[in-house]
Amino acid sequence: MTDLTRTSLVLRGGRLLDPGQGLDRPGDLLIEAGRIAAIGAAGTLSGEEVFQASGLVVCPGFIDLHCHLREPGFEEKETIATGTAAAAAGGFTTLCCMPNTEPPIDRAAVVEYVLKMARIEGMVRVLPIGCITLGRKGEQLTEMADLAQAGAVAFSDDGSPVASARLMRSALEYSSMLGVPVIDHCQDPSLSQGAVVHEGWVSTALGLKGEPAAAEEVMVERDLALAELTGGWVHIAHVSTAGSVERIRRAKARGVRVTAEVTPHHLTLTHEWVAGRASLPGVEAWNGWSLFPYDTSTKVNPPLRTVEDTRALLEGLRDGTIDAIATDHAPHDTPSKLCEYDDAAFGISGLETALGLLLTLVHSGQMDLGLLVQKLTAGPARLLGTRNEEQGTGRGQGQGSGFRVQGSGEGQGSRFRSQGSPEDRGTALDSRPSTLDSRLSTLAPGAPADIAIFDPEQTWVVDPFRMASKGKNTPLAGLTLRGRVVATIYGGSMVYRCG
Amino acid sequence: MANRISVADLAAPSETFRPHVLDLDDFSRREVELVFEATDAMKEVLGREIKKVPALRGKTLVNLFYEASTRTRVSFELAAKNLSADVVNIATSTSSVAKGESLLDTIRTLQALGADMIVMRHPQAGAPYLVARHVKSCVLNAGDGWHAHPSQALLDLYTMRERLGNLDGIKVVIVGDILHSRVAHSNIWGLSTVGARVVLCAPPTLLPFGFGREDFPLPAVEVDHNLDRAIQGADVVMALRIQKERHTEGLLPDLREYVRLYQIDGTRLARARPHALLMHPGPVNEGIELASDVTTCAQSVIQDQVTNGVAVRMALLYLLAGGGGEEA
Repeated sequence: MTDLTRTSLVLRGGRLLDPGQGLDRPGDLLIEAGRIAAIGAAGTLSGEEVFQASGLVVCPGFIDLHCHLREPGFEEKETIATGTAAAAAGGFTTLCCMPNTEPPIDRAAVVEYVLKMARIEGMVRVLPIGCITLGRKGEQLTEMADLAQAGAVAFSDDGSPVASARLMRSALEYSSMLGVPVIDHCQDPSLSQGAVVHEGWVSTALGLKGEPAAAEEVMVERDLALAELTGGWVHIAHVSTAGSVERIRRAKARGVRVTAEVTPHHLTLTHEWVAGRASLPGVEAWNGWSLFPYDTSTKVNPPLRTVEDTRALLEGLRDGTIDAIATDHAPHDTPSKLCEYDDAAFGISGLETALGLLLTLVHSGQMDLGLLVQKLTAGPARLLGTRNEEQGTGRGQGQGSGFRVQGSGEGQGSRFRSQGSPEDRGTALDSRPSTLDSRLSTLAPGAPADIAIFDPEQTWVVDPFRMASKGKNTPLAGLTLRGRVVATIYGGSMVYRCG
Repeated sequence: MANRISVADLAAPSETFRPHVLDLDDFSRREVELVFEATDAMKEVLGREIKKVPALRGKTLVNLFYEASTRTRVSFELAAKNLSADVVNIATSTSSVAKGESLLDTIRTLQALGADMIVMRHPQAGAPYLVARHVKSCVLNAGDGWHAHPSQALLDLYTMRERLGNLDGIKVVIVGDILHSRVAHSNIWGLSTVGARVVLCAPPTLLPFGFGREDFPLPAVEVDHNLDRAIQGADVVMALRIQKERHTEGLLPDLREYVRLYQIDGTRLARARPHALLMHPGPVNEGIELASDVTTCAQSVIQDQVTNGVAVRMALLYLLAGGGGEEA
């Protein structure tokens, strides 16, 4: 690991790709004192150190709006140290971590603990998400203002939906004065109870209990109605069905404050994987690689759906219905997965395979590389309330402030901003001075040097036991992927270097 | 019968068999016939005064049952003993499972203790696949959740073949709680493999997703919610046990309406073909899925199913032992 905060580095001759500011051309990028100092034509910039980037893509570090770092409480599955190392290996420089820890992130002290651990052990920026309800029990709202003030960038009871519509209404109303979204894991509990896979031909063939697409769609529809009622901002986590995409699309069109994310696995894998019938976009040769039926690494919540759903999700990304790609990185220890399918924990360890998996969509011609990078950088950055959009894509209608950003690496104190959207009613808290540059995930000069450098062509074999994450639970184990992160720079420091 | 395997052949099966029997969804027609031929030979053994052959002498079979079962467990036990295997029965309440030992720990222990074959019944679908992946022993699925019960389906197929001869093109109506029935699942795959025409008859709430639709890689079956219509011209009527508590899950209004719509009684059975067989995997809820007078009627082959179960399981164990890659 090279500390570049006191020196200068030139990334030479890479493809500089920053869809957030419409940048896509070969060139040099100069990093000085932990920040992006300049970009220029190839061979024109010089620094104390040079990184040869020809043939590589140089883009803003990825932002993951949705991951599970498991600390505190489940350190056997992941820690902030290992989770952020996995992030660095995957090209991510900012992680929003979900609050289903033990204790859950339902009070300011836990936010502070996570931020402290991230400062001590973290390889990349960690932005905690606070609970909507105390203990994630769905009964009583958390002290949202306190959580936000401590650094929570959003609220979610992820892993569980907010079952009570009344409470969800309150959460949306109350949080709207803080300018941060409520992230809902949309799933009607009465329809999903006991389900472990998508309800489809695979659930029938394997005799496993299926969750119908409607279990998600019912809850998405409810949340959209409540967001419309309250003017609150709902963010739909890990959208997995075509019907959800269509509902969100229509709601956005009528001005509902809704944003949405999709995971790499829901974009590319299908429920056939559970039956041992693996396929990937554009991948023809499997070289004898196969999966056993009932492989618990395919068990994830929401479940892997149909190929029609994957197409609809992709279309949702293309037309802006879905704002961001988020990994829902859900690491587990081996005993949690080495058991009967019904008993296995839900989740895929996804930070380190995200790019390689997503690039199957690019290599198969279904997605433009620029769009892919946009959904990993400027897309989520916009939801975090960063100012990148001033240089690039306009703010979507109906959005107020972003997930409020406080840098764990640099941040002291918290920072509240009211942004200029007409319907934004401002925050309940006074603005506070901040030392953090609000620009995240951009190659604009002056921004923190958070950079992912990847080779879109390099093939590599997914080996869980070489992954930085403690979670070895990936259905891609043994598979050859094309496209790999070569280096990751966070705040000017090289936090990952392949090989 | 011309192609019956003689007892002399029992020492070495002429064709290789699979290492495990987990489901019928990957059985070829030839494999089903191989089981039939071996079953014919086993029935011949069972007709002798001394119903015992040494085919599995020195082999240890473990009956590992995570769910209560009488007929299947006893059937496997008798089958194994008729083939001279040593049999150990493990029920969950008396093993370390009750102490919280994981399935794989249990299985690895059994393997280390020398189990050559593991017959397992488990409440969760796919559990035998997990075991088969991690042990060298042969694994025979004796029922996993809602998923599969291959030996039951094979004995059902064998019983149909014994009574009807050719299975190609026969009409089999499966009536009742198909959603929760591993017996129905395995029969659907097995029957479609041998070319039978399968009609599923149940209320929509008791049918698994996707059957009767052509856009899924599931066996081609017909679905008819009307029993009086579905049963017409049937060669086989297979009733399934209905769990009395299904209505508490909201899947049925009550048993009264179920009985009215789906109980097989004499009148309904008369709409099937005259030679039609009445089958049931047992245990029967008399007066619910079957009217009490039909259980023992001339068309009922429910007892044949039980008897044939031993022979079919002998055949499976014998084929597994020969095809499992041990000494030639």
